[in-house]
Amino acid sequence: MIYLDNSATTKPYKEALDTYRIVSEQFFANPSSLHKLGGQSEALLSRSREKAASLLGVDDHEIVFTSGGTEGNNLAIKGAAIAYRQRGRHLITTSIEHVSSLNAFKQLEQLGFEVTYLPVDREGRVSFEDFKRAYRKDTILVSVMHVNNEVGTVQPVREIAEFLKTKPTTVFHVDNVQGFAKIPLHLKNSGIDLCTISGHKFHGPKGTGILYVRSGTLLSPLFSGGVQENQRRAGTENLPGICGMVRALRITREHENSGIQHLSALQKQLRAGLSEIDGAVIHTPLKGAAPHIMNVSLSGIKSEVLVHALEEDDIYVSTKSACSSRDTEASGVLLSMCVPEDEAKQAIRISTAFETTSEEIDTFLRALKRHVQQLKIVMR
Amino acid sequence: MIYDYLVIRFGEIAIKGKNKKTFVIKLEKDVREKLSRFTRLEIKRHYDDIEIKLNGEDGQAVIKILQSVFGIQNISSAIKAGKDLDSIREGILRIVSEETEAKTFKIAARRKDKRFPIHGSELNRELGAWVLTHCDRLSVDVHHPDLMLRVEVGVHETRIYGHEYRGAGGLPVGTSGKLLLMLSGGIDSPVAGYLMAKRGAVIEAIHFQSPPYTSDRAKQKVIDLTKKLQSFGGKINLHLVPFTNAQLAIRDQVPEDYRVTMMRRLMFRIAEKVAAKTGALAIATGESLGQVASQTLESMNTINQVTNLPILRPLIAMDKLDISRIAKQIDTYDISIRPYEDCCTIFLPKAPRTRPDRKHAAHFESFLDSDALVDEAVQGVETLTIDGRENEDAFSSLL
Repeated sequence: MIYLDNSATTKPYKEALDTYRIVSEQFFANPSSLHKLGGQSEALLSRSREKAASLLGVDDHEIVFTSGGTEGNNLAIKGAAIAYRQRGRHLITTSIEHVSSLNAFKQLEQLGFEVTYLPVDREGRVSFEDFKRAYRKDTILVSVMHVNNEVGTVQPVREIAEFLKTKPTTVFHVDNVQGFAKIPLHLKNSGIDLCTISGHKFHGPKGTGILYVRSGTLLSPLFSGGVQENQRRAGTENLPGICGMVRALRITREHENSGIQHLSALQKQLRAGLSEIDGAVIHTPLKGAAPHIMNVSLSGIKSEVLVHALEEDDIYVSTKSACSSRDTEASGVLLSMCVPEDEAKQAIRISTAFETTSEEIDTFLRALKRHVQQLKIVMR
Repeated sequence: MIYDYLVIRFGEIAIKGKNKKTFVIKLEKDVREKLSRFTRLEIKRHYDDIEIKLNGEDGQAVIKILQSVFGIQNISSAIKAGKDLDSIREGILRIVSEETEAKTFKIAARRKDKRFPIHGSELNRELGAWVLTHCDRLSVDVHHPDLMLRVEVGVHETRIYGHEYRGAGGLPVGTSGKLLLMLSGGIDSPVAGYLMAKRGAVIEAIHFQSPPYTSDRAKQKVIDLTKKLQSFGGKINLHLVPFTNAQLAIRDQVPEDYRVTMMRRLMFRIAEKVAAKTGALAIATGESLGQVASQTLESMNTINQVTNLPILRPLIAMDKLDISRIAKQIDTYDISIRPYEDCCTIFLPKAPRTRPDRKHAAHFESFLDSDALVDEAVQGVETLTIDGRENEDAFSSLL
């Protein structure tokens, strides 16, 4: 099997699953229970939090464990907008966010908030100048993804963070689900108030994630209930998931530097191979993109057909974001980049992981070339 | 970062005369220990300072750690130049072209080596003029400069200092002997421990627990507090004393309003014994005058009767708000406010006596078998050593 859909989800590390199983068996008590067993679960939870905090370079109490990227984005965006609604009603985001962000903003619009959706250029990048023009005195929240999930373009979040450092009445959220451990992003004292990451994107268990909440940032909780996660996320903690994710986080951090270099080398190899194929149009920019995503259209071949053709060879790629791949519309991200609709419907996304090998990329490229030739003959 | 050196200056140690060297050597050891994970650093001890060559390590991260080491007055970032004017000028220009945010500057030059031909004041003018002619962006402000460039011409080389960062002050940990800290789990006692450690004391901690009235979580809380205190240096032995029987005896034998007084007297007796075992020369507490019933002068007078050891109360004249501020600053506050019962809050009378006296206390105590209770408690002490190494427990392999 050659798995090249790592932006959708990754295969969990064996160690993360071991932890998941052991914690499920041995620390099943509720961390909120008063008895000793509960105390042990609570101690393990707080150790996990310390470990996660130190791996992310933040303080313990700035870590909120969530169920993943969608929850993190929802909690950050709706939580901050509602908590600070008395300050102002204006929000800024981009037109290429993940649906969990975009739809949260749609919901806020219905509640009377005004949202500016920043456009992107042909490389899929918002412009810092556009952002500054959109910024107003009553802007209470800015939310921008670090790395686009479909084309891999890196957004100017550092510049925006730097600008917002001097604007204490605006909360800045970064959706770092795709960027984490791919493009280094410093959190402490960076101007970023909220940052979402998702466990299953770095080989942790599904249903896990972290929302970084800078000390002093208010959030209105999404769930009504108990006082878990410092009253920011009610509900019994998913301790096995949390521990498994933290272990995956540690392993990922250990391999991060060499891993990123490896991904860049694979990306070069992919780019070189793809450019030899007739009719291939690469959408992932050459500069300022994450090293693990490659988005390409193959002229004349619908992306879904190619996905199924490749799966015959046990090779797995995707069309666009997994969370929106069921609707047959062309990718909104590519359309925002002014890619023609036909071409957008022919785009596939190849996403690698630290464990992807150069041989696998070779095999994939060979298979792709073969399929493209065959399909072109059939579809002509 | 353009600065490739950090220079650590000592505060009080510098005036320690003949003992100075001992203090500086201890400080150097602490610095090396705290910075051990930065493998590329070169650390050199001089008579007046400790010099660190960064060799590409993250200067800001190093500074942040140094700011928590006791005995350091301040830390300056610096570069080095030769002992000729051209080389010094070139160094100054390197800093100036890097510090793009600064709009104003001041030069403060000094020659430690009097053989250097140019006087300090002359050097100031010389270098100031040089900067003004070579950098249009900058103007002179002698009172509040954005960029203060201190130039120090030494015997072998010239140092040019950029920024100065404040250190934690105090004396290197372990240069002042050992004391036993009564650590309750509240806000005050960790702060007392911090302040004593800052004065160079080695800390041993004693905590009284009364299971089943107190829980494992209360114990964990004290362990976590000890870990925070330990992070300032040294290792800390934490002595956990079983106190349930003593408290039950007091509840049965002593009138309600004297129970707190009696409990504190027993605690001091036990602490004295533990201190003798560990070689601690004094007991430290987080008491603050008048804060609660046991902290009035009458109470302290009555309670102190049972021991000859010096009782150090570094917070005695501080307000609660100031104590809390320090607790937040040293990161113990959030742990201290975890809501678990400790032995001081159970069996608490509704109206404890605020003005107890020695005569009554001694009388009530005669109904208790104090010696047996003290011995029993001391025998049952469990000692944990907190040394800052991440202990390999069941959790480590999971995470």
